[in-house]
Amino acid sequence: MVEIRLHGRGGQGAVTSAELIAVAAISQGDYAQAFPSFGPERRGAPVQAFARIDKNPIRSREKIYEPDVILVLDPTLPKIVNITQGLKPSGIAILNSNLPEPELRKLLHNFQGKIAVVDATKIAIEELGLPITNTTMLGAFLKATGLVSLEAIEQAITARFGRLAEKNIKALKRAIDETKIY
Amino acid sequence: MTKKFAKEVSIAVAEAVAQCKVDVISAYPITPQTHIVEHLAELVNNGELDAEYIPVESEHAAMSACIGAAATGARTFTSTSAQGLLLMYETLFIASGMRLPIVMALVNRSVSAPISIWNDHSDVMSMRDAGWIHFFAENGQQAVDLIYHAYKVAEKTLLPVAVNIDGFILSHVVEPVTFLDQNLLDKYLPPLKIKYKLDPKNPITIGAIGVPEIYTEAKKAQDEALKASYKIILQAWKDFEKLTGRKYLPVETYQMEDAEVAIVIMGSLAENAMNAVDILRAKGKKVGVVRIRLWRPFPTKDFLKAIGKVKTLCVVDRAVSHGATGGPVGIEVRSALYQSNKRPRVLNLIAGLSGRDVTKEDFVEIFEKTFETLTKKPTTPYEIYGVKE
Repeated sequence: MVEIRLHGRGGQGAVTSAELIAVAAISQGDYAQAFPSFGPERRGAPVQAFARIDKNPIRSREKIYEPDVILVLDPTLPKIVNITQGLKPSGIAILNSNLPEPELRKLLHNFQGKIAVVDATKIAIEELGLPITNTTMLGAFLKATGLVSLEAIEQAITARFGRLAEKNIKALKRAIDETKIY
Repeated sequence: MTKKFAKEVSIAVAEAVAQCKVDVISAYPITPQTHIVEHLAELVNNGELDAEYIPVESEHAAMSACIGAAATGARTFTSTSAQGLLLMYETLFIASGMRLPIVMALVNRSVSAPISIWNDHSDVMSMRDAGWIHFFAENGQQAVDLIYHAYKVAEKTLLPVAVNIDGFILSHVVEPVTFLDQNLLDKYLPPLKIKYKLDPKNPITIGAIGVPEIYTEAKKAQDEALKASYKIILQAWKDFEKLTGRKYLPVETYQMEDAEVAIVIMGSLAENAMNAVDILRAKGKKVGVVRIRLWRPFPTKDFLKAIGKVKTLCVVDRAVSHGATGGPVGIEVRSALYQSNKRPRVLNLIAGLSGRDVTKEDFVEIFEKTFETLTKKPTTPYEIYGVKE
């Protein structure tokens, strides 16, 4: 089972991202769960969402404390939230940032595992006209983990966003091209 | 293979209700139940569900509207949580006393104060004695299936049924579910036909005054009906198993065959308890889980059979019964044991109040605590688990 913890700010679509991951995984025949952190969420405040993917049915009703993957939608979060808390050493941190790798590692308390980085805010502003990075960061997620297929995620985005899907898919595909893995 | 849909459990529950072709939905929004009735309102508004959606000013009115509608022979649905259930309280007894087959999705949430929107079972335990049939779901598939069963059972027993779904940790999770094929469901759940109903062409009175000369008899009849519902529930589950292969039992077990100690629990946290069993079984520890699916009528015989020859039962309650001799499930278990010769020790913990996570690691610790009782009797009748000192 792969456990994914998403970090965002209220309004950036972390919960939607988690749901799209689960929807895509289930449509390709896997088992998955997605859920928000349950609380009085406010726009702009740090929020978390969670997803699990497995080849077998998933039996679990608890938050994710030791994720295999963290997906961070907002570039300012690593400074104020300990985003790598519990992240497995063999895990991967997928970040929205324009900083070079050594600076990112410092921000991540010298996390030694795999890091995937893309400037998702820039892509989202250029493609969507808004700094909402959830679908863009799914591109980085695809590139870094290969857990869900491009086809499955495209279908999930189309079902969810209707006429806005095209722009979001374009942003996602750009992120696949522009994500760097260290 | 039946197609799996990725659905938030609330939405899946709403779609199952719509599949049951309800005539009347009446509800008042309250977290964490809201998504269910929001989705039903949308289905009615879009013309996808041919039902009356009655928006009301309170949960008291929501249940009252269901009572009125059900008395005319309509298939009804409502859903609520916590404070909403408490505001509905008076009418819960009227629904059961008038023998109306209403179905409610009760999305379990803590009762205030302190104000809490998170999950535990303090709301449902307040209606323990209201004469409703109660099912508990552990996952999204069960939540969907139990809605189908609820209508089948309610309409055969003429008793209201509550399907308990843990708030957030179950209701708000997106997970794969399958829906029963509509043709199969229509056969499983034929249109509702009630013999005694409010009909201007054939006027009758229902819910009349119960003078001392007949109240006792009316209550006896109601109590017998609730007891007799047990067989109807079993039959509904057997019929469903024939259609889907999915088996439901009043009490379900996990690794109980040779278990020395076991956790007794209701609702979705059973999943974490089963994960703890896997961890401990890998180390050779003989542990198991007894999961109560049917809370009312309490399936005493099934329960006594399920516990096998355990030396200690750890009952994990999700609600406090203030001033009582245990948590609500703990009290029930002790009472059931006294009807048999089995005398395992009972450790009664109250855990997971207001949505505090009870992880598989917590359940491992709870099992370890339970093993300690093999040599040392519990010193208190019950204990609130995980209190920060």
